[in-house]
Amino acid sequence: MQWNSFSDFIHMGGYGLYVWGSFGICALAMIIEPLILQSRNQKIRRQVKRQGGQP
Amino acid sequence: MNWFKYASPASFYPLAGKLIPYFAAITVVLLAIGLWISFFVAPTDFQQGEGYRIIFVHVPASWMSMFIYCVMAFWSALGLIFNTRLSGMMTQALAPTGALFAFLSLVTGSLWGKPMWGTWWVWDARLTSQLILFFLYLGYLALTSAIDDSRRRDKAGAILSLVGVVNVPIIYFSVIWWNTLHQGASVSMTKAPTMAHTMLMGMLIMALAFWGYTIAMGLKRVRCIILEREMSSEWIKKNAVE
Repeated sequence: MQWNSFSDFIHMGGYGLYVWGSFGICALAMIIEPLILQSRNQKIRRQVKRQGGQP
Repeated sequence: MNWFKYASPASFYPLAGKLIPYFAAITVVLLAIGLWISFFVAPTDFQQGEGYRIIFVHVPASWMSMFIYCVMAFWSALGLIFNTRLSGMMTQALAPTGALFAFLSLVTGSLWGKPMWGTWWVWDARLTSQLILFFLYLGYLALTSAIDDSRRRDKAGAILSLVGVVNVPIIYFSVIWWNTLHQGASVSMTKAPTMAHTMLMGMLIMALAFWGYTIAMGLKRVRCIILEREMSSEWIKKNAVE
């Protein structure tokens, strides 16, 4: 392990903004996409139920 | 096992539903391992310091963006040849995730370029061809959402993705064919990788995690698309969409 302290870890040898920015935007994207899909799924299932199907 | 059975949306729908939790679980486990290696096992790079750690998301995202496009072209070809409904749905199910990865590839690349090259963006062959890939995804999404008739939509989308797939080898070989600022491949099929083993390991595990994520999202979205399109068909009215 190459980190002596937590602030060392956050600092990323001066690249903190870039490294955490990159990982952050990926994490954000990979959290939001499933949520969008979940709501799309629920919406269409409600419609199917309304017309008498059984989702 | 009769694979053609699953070419019908009615039988693919429950299968996809069963597979999603497995791929989701695999993704979570691989992400945990991959992130652990990315930050705690992989050593500091002697040239790029800690900044190189961006590659653990940048490279897998870029690979996925190219690979997903190839898979879309594959489904499109199948759809045009066999005229199966599911093919068009699969293509459309993958496109948003592909666009997302192309976008992430460009953004993380920018975030790497700023400290390493001193610029967010250059019009180099690798970057430009990757940007074109992103636009191809957007074009695909715009085209398919503009056509109401699902058969025509599938066909138009299939043609666009088959034409656009030409761009993928251009991206891949751009660092060889042109003098690019973007570095050449550190991992290739012909040479031993030019990076530390733990770095390579981290990158491959993250790539596998992104694979799992893509499959889970693709299956989830294709289920939505199937319901949306087949809402009025008998099998949904009658039996369990579970």
